[in-house]
Amino acid sequence: MNCDEAGILLHALIDGELDAGHARELEMHIAGCAGCAAQLREFQELRKSMKPASLRYTAPVALRGRIEGKLSARGAGASRRSVVKGFAFGAAASAIAASGVLVMVMRTDDDRRALGEVVSAHLRSLQAQHLIDVESTDQHTVKPWFNGRLDVAPPVADLTAQGFTLLGGRLDYVDAKPVAAIVYRRRVHIINLFCAPAPGAANRAAVMQSLQGFNVRRWRDNGLNLWAVSDISPDELMEFGEKFEAALKQ
Amino acid sequence: MMAGGAADVGDGGKAERFKALALPHLDEIYTLARYLLRNASDADDAVQECYLRAFRHFDTFRGGPIKPWLFAILRNVCHASYAGGARLVFTADDVDAGAAQAIPIWREDVDTPEQAMLRRHDSDTMRRLIGELPAEFREVIVLREINDLSYRDIATVIEAPIGTVMSRLARARGMLRDAWIAAEGRSG
Repeated sequence: MNCDEAGILLHALIDGELDAGHARELEMHIAGCAGCAAQLREFQELRKSMKPASLRYTAPVALRGRIEGKLSARGAGASRRSVVKGFAFGAAASAIAASGVLVMVMRTDDDRRALGEVVSAHLRSLQAQHLIDVESTDQHTVKPWFNGRLDVAPPVADLTAQGFTLLGGRLDYVDAKPVAAIVYRRRVHIINLFCAPAPGAANRAAVMQSLQGFNVRRWRDNGLNLWAVSDISPDELMEFGEKFEAALKQ
Repeated sequence: MMAGGAADVGDGGKAERFKALALPHLDEIYTLARYLLRNASDADDAVQECYLRAFRHFDTFRGGPIKPWLFAILRNVCHASYAGGARLVFTADDVDAGAAQAIPIWREDVDTPEQAMLRRHDSDTMRRLIGELPAEFREVIVLREINDLSYRDIATVIEAPIGTVMSRLARARGMLRDAWIAAEGRSG
């Protein structure tokens, strides 16, 4: 064994990766080679200076939460391409959803995917410190902010008097397509109202769904698909949706 | 009603299985990301992408230890980021090494021997020295010394023969030893 070989194999010795035969050869070489013996000592010293525990990093709690949230939303059936399918499904759903009547519909796969997407976007907004792009309690500030950013003007209603504080708006992406997110607060709870264009589609009555502890009130009005997502109770979220629809009709 | 919809029905179980297997290694994956990218927010993004990608491809995971598989995915994510805009290559670490980087540790003379001693053993110094190694040497050092992977697992992660792992590790330790001695010599 020459010094070049020994110079590489001594690392395998330190790491306990050397088989007995090579270990024996290496030890014989080192016994007769001061240079390689010194190398071995130096690298053993270096090893002692590297305390793995002190060199590790700990993943931020927020990162862990974000990953868990995304995995949960996906695991429950969310996938890409879903919202487009959700839109396509809309026409069929409207046939079974009697106008003006709340129905608990049987969840189809496409429904569930759209649900997963918006819940995922809601979680993202809470965890990524990116809740609001335009911060304002004034509907006349929030609504125009979307001009030029979206193909549609999302409805924005001031519901402060009804107990839902407007916090602002955000451009979000659901299935890689831009959507408007209008953000409200009820006590300490955040409500994200997602609006995506559904051109030409018939109106559709509200449906309540829930996923991963979040409630979603979904409806379609005036060529827009709307999803209100929050962790407030279904009753309160239903109330929010009703107040919101009522405010727009005024 | 859409083709492929039924395939998602069992996803809840899949997600739970994936989480149980993969999430316990989050700190280790994050550690490698920090060393590869040398920046906390880039590491955050890369680790998140790694986990989502791993979950998407979980069906292709063939069993065995999941750690090398996750490391390999993370490495690919990081390399894609390098290729994608070089943004991630030499960004200074913005969180805990920032202050240390501003002051080279061989800016001596002013420290008492006691302070020098403390600093010598400061893990921040070692982190920084590791961080300054060229990428291909840095990754084998981190995988071996910090993440405690076997040569075989390292070979899997970096997609190279074991001989390459050995020679790279030898060179990496040589560089690290020289840097360490230089730091010590100048501070002692």
